[in-house]
Amino acid sequence: METLHAVFVAPWIEMWNFPVFFAEVVINGLLVGVMYSLVALGFVLIFKASGTFNFAQGVMVLFAALTLVGLMERGVPVWLALILTAVVMVVLAVVIERVMLRPLVNQEHIILFMATIGLSFFLEGFGELLWGSNVKRLDIGISEDVVEWKGILLSEFDIWAAVTGAIMVAVLAVFFHKTPIGRALRAVADDHQAALSVGIPLKHIWIIVWSVAGLVALVAGIMWGGKSGVQFSLSLIAFKALPVLILGGFTSIPGAIVGGLIIGVGEKIAEIYWGPLIGGAIENWFAYILAMVFLLFRPQGLFGERIIERV
Amino acid sequence: MFYREAGQFKTSYESDQAILSIPQDRWFVGGLLIIAYLVVPAVSNEYMLQAVLIPFLVFAMAAIGLNLLVGYAGQLSLGTGGFMAVGAYMTYKFTTAWPEMDIVVAFLLSGLCAAGVGILFGIPSLRIKGFYLAVATLAAQFFLSWMFNKVPWFFNYNPSGTITAPPRTIFGHIVTGPEATAETRYMFALILVTVFALAARNLVRGRVGRSWMAIRDMDIAAEIIGFQPYQTKLLAFAISSFYCGIAGAMTLYLWLGSVETEAFAITISFQVLFMVIIGGLGSILGSFLGAAFITLVPVLLTNAPQMVGVQMATDLQKHLEVMIFGGLIIFFLIVEPHGFARLWQIAKQKLRLWPFPY
Repeated sequence: METLHAVFVAPWIEMWNFPVFFAEVVINGLLVGVMYSLVALGFVLIFKASGTFNFAQGVMVLFAALTLVGLMERGVPVWLALILTAVVMVVLAVVIERVMLRPLVNQEHIILFMATIGLSFFLEGFGELLWGSNVKRLDIGISEDVVEWKGILLSEFDIWAAVTGAIMVAVLAVFFHKTPIGRALRAVADDHQAALSVGIPLKHIWIIVWSVAGLVALVAGIMWGGKSGVQFSLSLIAFKALPVLILGGFTSIPGAIVGGLIIGVGEKIAEIYWGPLIGGAIENWFAYILAMVFLLFRPQGLFGERIIERV
Repeated sequence: MFYREAGQFKTSYESDQAILSIPQDRWFVGGLLIIAYLVVPAVSNEYMLQAVLIPFLVFAMAAIGLNLLVGYAGQLSLGTGGFMAVGAYMTYKFTTAWPEMDIVVAFLLSGLCAAGVGILFGIPSLRIKGFYLAVATLAAQFFLSWMFNKVPWFFNYNPSGTITAPPRTIFGHIVTGPEATAETRYMFALILVTVFALAARNLVRGRVGRSWMAIRDMDIAAEIIGFQPYQTKLLAFAISSFYCGIAGAMTLYLWLGSVETEAFAITISFQVLFMVIIGGLGSILGSFLGAAFITLVPVLLTNAPQMVGVQMATDLQKHLEVMIFGGLIIFFLIVEPHGFARLWQIAKQKLRLWPFPY
C-alpha cells in the first residue's frame, strides 16, 4: 500500500507543493531536450536523404569537436578554427561518399547501417590518433554563469544552446522546404532511381547531405563539448538521440525537436520524482521505455511518414 | 575440383535429405570434428585456448542465436548483450542457490530464463519493424544492463558487483572455476556448441525455420497463407535468446571466470551483429565464419607488430587497431555484402568446375 502511494500519489503531491522546483526541472528538461535534438537532427538529415541510419553521427560529433579543439590548442583563433573544421567536415563527406556510399549503392539498408558502424569505428580511431585521447576543454566564449529568472535557476550556456538549436532547426526547415536543393534531397529520400531518372545527381546530393550533417554534428559537438568536455563519451550521446528519433519519426526535422523536448522533460521528471524509488540512474533507459510506449500506439513516430506496406 | 558431386545417387529420402548427403562432405566434417576434439586441445597452448578458441566458441553460440533472429526471422535485434547477461546472471543464481544442481541443467534453465526475457522484449516486434525494432531492443539492452548493475539480488549482495563462477564438475572433471584447465573448459564449450549448432541447423531446415523465413521475406503474404506472425516472431525471439543466454553462461563459466555488467554492454551486441552480417545472414556456417573473423582480427592486429618486429606505442597500436577494424568491416561489406558464407558458396561452385571457368 505504501509503495503504491509512493509511486502513484507522492510525486504528484511533491510537484504541486513545490511548483518553482517543478518548473525548474521542466525547463532544464527542455534545455537538455534541445541538446538531444541537435544530435538527432544529423540522423534525420541523412535518413531523409539516403534512407540510411547513420550510426557514425555520434562519432562525427566527437570528431568535429576534437578537430576544433585540436586546432584551437595549436593557437588557431576561434573563428578560423571554426571555418577550418567546417571545411574538414565537408572533405570528410566527400571521402565518405566516394569510398563508402558509391560502392554500396542499392544495397539493403542493413548493409549500409553496418557500413556506418564500421565508419564510426574508423573515425573514432582516426580522430584519437590525430588529436590524442585525453579529455579536452572546449571554450568558445560562452559563459557558464547561472542566471535566475522568477526564482528558477538556469545556466546561460543552456540558454545559448537552446537558441542555437532553434535557429538551426529553422534554417534547416527552410532549406528543405523552400530551396530547390532541399526538394532534390527529399526526392532522393523517396526513391533513388526515380530521382536519378529525373536528372538529380545522386552523388552531389549525398555529398551535400553528409556535409550538412557534418556541420550539424559540429554545432552539436560545440554545445556538448562545451558542457562536458571533449572526450570519447561524446559519441555515446548518439544512443540518447535514438529515442528522440523514434518519438519524432525518423524523417521529420520538427519531429526531432519535439521528440527531443519530450524525451528531455520526461527523463528529468522521471529521474527526479520516480528515480529515488528504484535506485536512481534510470536516465539511461527511461527514454527508451518512453519511446517504446509511443511506438506501440504510433509506430512511425509523432511526425514520421506512415509506413505503407505493399505485398 | 577435389571430388565430383555428380554421379552420386541416393536411394532413399533419408539419405537425400541428410544434412551431409555426400560421403566426401561427411569425411570432411568428420575430420574437422576429430581435429577439433582430439588434436586442438593436445597441441594448443594456454594462450591460444583462452584468448582465441574459447571466445570463438562463445561468440559462435551467440552468433548462431542472433543469426536465427536476424538472418532467418528478419527481426533486427541489438539486445544480444542483455540476453547474454540474463544467461550469465541466472546461471550464477541457480548454481549458488542450489549447489548440488548439475551445471548442464543450470545452463539449460538459465537459457530458458533468457528465452522468457526474450519473449518479453520481443513483444514490440508484433507492431514495429526494421530500425524501430532495433531501437526497441536497445531498450532491452540498456534496461537489462541497468538492472544487473543496480539490483543487488543478482550478484548476491556482493559489494563489488562482480560475479564469479563457482567450481563445478561433470563426470568427475572440474569444468568451471579457477582450477578448471583451459582444455576441459574448451572441451565442454565445444560439446555445447556442436550439440546446439546441430540443433539450430535442423531447426532452420524444418517447419519452424521455414515459417521464420516466410515471415522474413514477406510477412503479410505469410500471414495470408496461414503462418501466424505472433507465434512465429515470439518463437524466434525465444529461441534466439535461449542461445544467447547459453552463450552468456559460457562467457562467465567457461571463458572469463568472473564478470561485471560491463562485459555485456552494448559493444558486445554490436560485435555479435557484425559477426552475423560479415559471416552471412541466414546461414549457420556463416555464424561460425563471422565469429572466427571477429575473434581473430583483434588478436592478429595486437600480435602482428611483434611478429613483424616493429615496435609501436600501445596507444598508437590501439587506435590503429580500431581504425583497421572499422576499415575491414567497410571493405568486406563492399566486397561481399552477403558475407563469408556466400564467398564460400561461390568458391565451392568455382571449384566444382575448375579448371574451367564455367
